[in-house]
Amino acid sequence: MNSFMPSTTFAVLLLPFIAALFAPALTRLLKHNAAWILALVPAAICWHFSGFLAEISAGEVVTGGYQWVPALKVNFSWYIDGLSLTFALLITGIGTLIVLYSGGYLKGHAQLGRFFSFILMFMGSMLGLVMSDSFLMFFIFWELTSITSFLLIGFDNKREASRRAALQALVVTGGGGLFLLAGLLLIWNVTGYSEMSLLLRSGSLLADSPYYIAIFVLVLGGAFTKSAQFPMHFWLPNAMEAPTPVSAYLHSATMVKAGVYLLMRLNPVLGDTMAWHIVLPLFGGTTLIVGTLLAIRQTDLKLMLAYTTVSSLGLLVMLTGFGTEKAIEGAVLYLVAHCLFKGALFMVAGIIDHEAGTRDVTKLGGLMTAMPITFAAALASAISMAGLPPFFGFLAKEEIYAGLWQVSFWGGLLTIVAIVGNALMFVIGFVVALKPFLGRRKLKLGNVHEGPVLLWLGPVLLATASLLTAIFSPMTHRLITSPMASAVEGEPVSAYISLVPHIGMPLLLSLITVAIGVFAYINVARLRALMIYALYKIGWGPDKGFDQFIRGTVRLSFRVTNFIQPGRMEFYMKVIFILVAVSILLPMALFDEWPAMPQWPDTISRYEAVIMAIAAVGLFSVLYAKDRLTAIVSLGIQGFAVALLFMLFGAPDLSFTQFMVETLSVVILALAMTRLRLTPTDHRPLKEKIFDTIISLACATAFVLLLLKVTQLPFDTTLSDFFTRYSLSIAHGANIVNVILVDFRGTDTWGEIAVVMVAGLAILSLIRIRTRPANAIAANDPAEEDERL
Amino acid sequence: MTLLVGIFFAVAIYLFLSQHIIRMLLGAAVLGNAVNLLIFTSGRLTLEIPPILTGYETTTGMLTANPLPQALILTAIVISFSFFAFLLVLSYRAYQELGTDDTVEMRFAEPENQDLPPLGY
Amino acid sequence: MRTLIFRTVAPYLASLMILFSIFVLLRGHNEPGGGFIGGLIAASAFAIYGIACGVSPVRRALHFHPMAISGTGLLASTAAGMLSIFFKVPFMTGLWLDIPLFGDSIAVSTVMLFDIGVYLVVVGSITSIALALEERPNS
Repeated sequence: MNSFMPSTTFAVLLLPFIAALFAPALTRLLKHNAAWILALVPAAICWHFSGFLAEISAGEVVTGGYQWVPALKVNFSWYIDGLSLTFALLITGIGTLIVLYSGGYLKGHAQLGRFFSFILMFMGSMLGLVMSDSFLMFFIFWELTSITSFLLIGFDNKREASRRAALQALVVTGGGGLFLLAGLLLIWNVTGYSEMSLLLRSGSLLADSPYYIAIFVLVLGGAFTKSAQFPMHFWLPNAMEAPTPVSAYLHSATMVKAGVYLLMRLNPVLGDTMAWHIVLPLFGGTTLIVGTLLAIRQTDLKLMLAYTTVSSLGLLVMLTGFGTEKAIEGAVLYLVAHCLFKGALFMVAGIIDHEAGTRDVTKLGGLMTAMPITFAAALASAISMAGLPPFFGFLAKEEIYAGLWQVSFWGGLLTIVAIVGNALMFVIGFVVALKPFLGRRKLKLGNVHEGPVLLWLGPVLLATASLLTAIFSPMTHRLITSPMASAVEGEPVSAYISLVPHIGMPLLLSLITVAIGVFAYINVARLRALMIYALYKIGWGPDKGFDQFIRGTVRLSFRVTNFIQPGRMEFYMKVIFILVAVSILLPMALFDEWPAMPQWPDTISRYEAVIMAIAAVGLFSVLYAKDRLTAIVSLGIQGFAVALLFMLFGAPDLSFTQFMVETLSVVILALAMTRLRLTPTDHRPLKEKIFDTIISLACATAFVLLLLKVTQLPFDTTLSDFFTRYSLSIAHGANIVNVILVDFRGTDTWGEIAVVMVAGLAILSLIRIRTRPANAIAANDPAEEDERL
Repeated sequence: MTLLVGIFFAVAIYLFLSQHIIRMLLGAAVLGNAVNLLIFTSGRLTLEIPPILTGYETTTGMLTANPLPQALILTAIVISFSFFAFLLVLSYRAYQELGTDDTVEMRFAEPENQDLPPLGY
Repeated sequence: MRTLIFRTVAPYLASLMILFSIFVLLRGHNEPGGGFIGGLIAASAFAIYGIACGVSPVRRALHFHPMAISGTGLLASTAAGMLSIFFKVPFMTGLWLDIPLFGDSIAVSTVMLFDIGVYLVVVGSITSIALALEERPNS
């Protein structure tokens, strides 16, 4: 881990990003057929990771990585165990199908290349997320998935609904990411570990820490927003604005599972506490019920699926929180099953939309003969979703019931919740899979036919996978389920459930579920009407709340900006100078560092007194000058007085320069003033004048006190002595001031003459600039500019 | 001398606070002098001996004026002059374009009564 | 301001001032003076000439655009700093060379070149400002 060894895994983690770079060019070349080539990327990664299966199922873990910032113990490292391997295989396996499906779905779309690029970038981020060992990497990939999800949801950026959904998803998941970051930093701080692999071996260190509740809340903040738990579920259905491949991939199979992944990953160190066992099932159960109820209401195929995704995530969170061995196994089985059937169903919904032109279930019907392949895939997936044999979903559901069923209040309650949720999902699954295909052909649909192979390949393969994994369940358990459950549980676990019906409580519960499901399916229209009525009565939801929140933020920031920047110059000036006075006077007052009262100089020469008086007079006449010329001349007077002062105190160079500068100032001021119709006197009300006088006197007092304090401090002459001593010997010059300027501090001077020159150029261009007509100044809008031209 | 610096500052800041751009310009010129004098005074005052070495022996014990603040101020004077000239021309142009020298009325970049920014997405 | 006397004297005054400014520039290393002061004196010389006789004679007399002079100055100063590259010493290290001339030796150094650069920048920039402001009434 210390030296940089080229590693295939590292290359594989980079591969999606590299492919994303080339995707647009490739797509321009090959049009939608680029999908075939691009799909090779996830397929190759999937192949690479499946090579680890044997090792991982034997109970080993694979780690690797490079040092990144050794001083901060930040590494680029990965950690592969049963959990992350399963995720990696799902991400890349489904990813392969999604890339192909996108090629068919967005065939001919002008931005197809960009879409491929985004999808591949997302794939890389998600892969990095599940592979990450170090917290920092984990967090970076976590946020990258939020960002790529933003890009993909807002892919159709010409529509406001897409933009809103994209922003909403980014705000919710990105905000949750900040919680997560705080949580991870806290974990890092408490344990001293910055890597998952080390953390997982820390035992109950976190659970016993006094910061446990804070860490717990922060981590949940990240996980619940990402995995759309109630009441943060609203962004997920809105994210259905994205093209269907995105919905199938990000918002059912992979990204939304990141929160569940996080909870599962941290289960060994954060789990098994009172808070964990109560809060997770509570939120998960609520989400499950709310999600299914809201799904019933919908008539749009994608929205129905989206809400059931929300409830599935709720179920997973609930099981993870419940935490018994069987429950974890159930969660693991259900997670895999859900990826397979939900991905397939989303793709089916996309095919129907693509071919029939609508996703509204009430407008669809009788498509079975037209689209037999799609129908078969849909039916198989729905059966899996409903938890009926012989599909993988059946195993998952049986295991869930086996895990939840306990003769206790909590276990009983959660079992009932799970039954209701599953029954309603049963309904949705069959509504999606049956309604569009059975019944009479709706007239408006026109001539609908089967989609191209690129489209139906994905759902068919996923449905087949659902079937095969169930039939060969021992192998599935050995390679996937058991290692993953072991990783979640923190100790070796082996699953053994199979398709053979086993008489017992779970089977009975399944029968109850099916009975409720069939009953509800028959009455689905009535249920929908009931839900719509109920929601209408409630009238407010988090989705609306989000809009209010965003509007409120905009209004608030507008008010704040208006308050801080009212656009009045003298307001800014006043604030600045008041702060100047306060910042000098306050420390003096606080630390009692007032300067000692200075002694009036005994001998003050007549020259000095006179010159100082001249300067003062000049200053006051600038203040009270009635016309321009007096003001300018008075300005000159004080300037020359300063020059004389310099002369008196042994600075001839300064004196000359000051003389010249004042002369030139007066000249150019006079030149400019003759062109301006301005009056230097001010016509402000007396109140403002007094206020300004107080500010300026306060500032002046502050400076005087500061200066007194400085001159009373012991004088450090090191620098001056250095210059005095070496001026001749090193720089061969007797005029120390000039030697400092051109030799010792030459680079400073060099910079300064550059400033002088830039000022000159700026002035020239300001004067030479073409005077535009007075009304044209408002037209700095480029569009208007174009119109005028 | 310190008192004089105070007067310089007071006048400069008062001029800055007045709303007329031309007075602020005068204030900028005065403020430049004020700061220069501040630096000069904080470098301690010595009468009439310029920091120029006489003869070719390296003098160490001889009391001359502190050369360091002088070098700082020398460049400061020239810079503040170019800055002053720039401000002058800038305000002149602003006057030409906007027709006012009152900063209260100069509200091109931050107009009064702005509308709320768009609330959509 | 364009009185006859002023107009007559201005060219001589200006040329004297420019001569003086060069003198101030060159003696700057050992006595009061230097690039900044010299530059300012020369700039005011041109300003006076401009006020007295109008801007175009000044521009003719200068031959180059003042900003070009300024740029040359910056270039000279930079070059003075960069020369140290060839002697493998840090940027802006002063280099000295004694050239024997008429029995006496004149010290020529990068420092002097640098000071001349400062002089040219100040002359160029400030003259161009002053001329631009003087020019306005005519345009």
